[in-house]
Amino acid sequence: MAGGRERVLRRRIGSIQNTKKITRAMELIAATRVVKARQLAWAARPYAEQITLVIENLAAGGAEVDHPLLREAERVERVGVIVIASDRGLAGPYNSSVIRAAERQVQNARAEGADYALIVVGKKARDYFAFRRYAIESYTTGISDKPAYDDARVLAETVADMFIGGRVDRVELVYTEFLSLGSQRVTVRRFLPLESTETIATKGRGRAEATAAFEFEPSPEGVLEALLPRYVEARLFGALLEAAASEHANRQRAMKAATDNAEELITKLSREMNRARQDAITTEIMEIVGGAEALGEDAETEELASVGAGDRSPNSRES
Amino acid sequence: MTFQVELVSPEGITYSGEAEMVVARTVDGGDIAFQPGHVPFIGVLAIWSVEVIRPDGGRDTFAVHRGFVQVAGTKVSILSDVSEAAAEIDVDRARAALSVDGDDPQEAEARSRAEVRLRVAGTEA
Repeated sequence: MAGGRERVLRRRIGSIQNTKKITRAMELIAATRVVKARQLAWAARPYAEQITLVIENLAAGGAEVDHPLLREAERVERVGVIVIASDRGLAGPYNSSVIRAAERQVQNARAEGADYALIVVGKKARDYFAFRRYAIESYTTGISDKPAYDDARVLAETVADMFIGGRVDRVELVYTEFLSLGSQRVTVRRFLPLESTETIATKGRGRAEATAAFEFEPSPEGVLEALLPRYVEARLFGALLEAAASEHANRQRAMKAATDNAEELITKLSREMNRARQDAITTEIMEIVGGAEALGEDAETEELASVGAGDRSPNSRES
Repeated sequence: MTFQVELVSPEGITYSGEAEMVVARTVDGGDIAFQPGHVPFIGVLAIWSVEVIRPDGGRDTFAVHRGFVQVAGTKVSILSDVSEAAAEIDVDRARAALSVDGDDPQEAEARSRAEVRLRVAGTEA
């Protein structure tokens, strides 16, 4: 019956409306989180810049040390891959693209004849690699949403220890760079060994007071030794913050698309429902009219019959 | 004469202001005071306090557990990932940390951090 179809459509529209409410709420939450994550990333900048500046000044002062974090391995036997993904889904292509880039790094390492060590941040990446039976060296969860410096410090220490202990000979960092609200890019960066201090210095803004001769305490080498681990932490922290901002931006976009789709679907289904209702009404009217006409026809034939009878009666009277 | 002092942490610039003098302690150089016009200087800070003497004579004290000081031109930057202002310090927690016995370097470091916290908060252990 036509009324049944209308009821089915009405129920579907109701359920889509509920979904739309949820996606809309998620979109709004993600929007505020993007703003906060960007502020955090922004606030972290002076520290990273200052540390780079100190390294620039050290390089200008001619300090060069043989620090384990700078040591380039002669043969790379094991490549560490840090992958920063998120704990929660519904963020569009955010997780899948960063995971795919990390998987490519692992395959590259294999192609070079080297082993790999996965350092995973975020439940989604863990699920992916665990399902495909990759060996996961280290797994961190609960920090990708809103990373704190302490989280970065702990993770950086783990990775630095692996590197210094010779368990990995090179470390690549795979994360999503936050370029702007509308554009994020998966990036692969060499994490360890660090570039030489000169390279770090030339990549900096070149603000070093080259003319100023700095005094170092305890010594240029001593300062550099204390500074490099902090530099590693600051870099990882920066990457975590950018990844968090990217995650929220991606989620906002994905949820906006979902809300728009829901709206479109609701319009389409409402039209279909209205048509079904009108069809039902039309059918009903037709039935009524048909019924009435049928009744009317009966009445007419009766009339005719009675007229016929009337015609006949004079005859009968005649006879 | 004054110069600019900034306390920079990974979470942002936590303190910024004018100062007449900054007193800090480097890893094995002992206490060092900076005044405007100091030669450019980069030092590794010991677990100790940093004192900022403001132009109005008041002073702000921070517990700095790890960090660097850079003096360049008319600016002093203190870079630290673990620093606390006097008002932020949890005195009870610091006292509790101080009473933990143990000989391994981590526990010794925790004790020295607690000592600095109490010193900065103005309550001697």
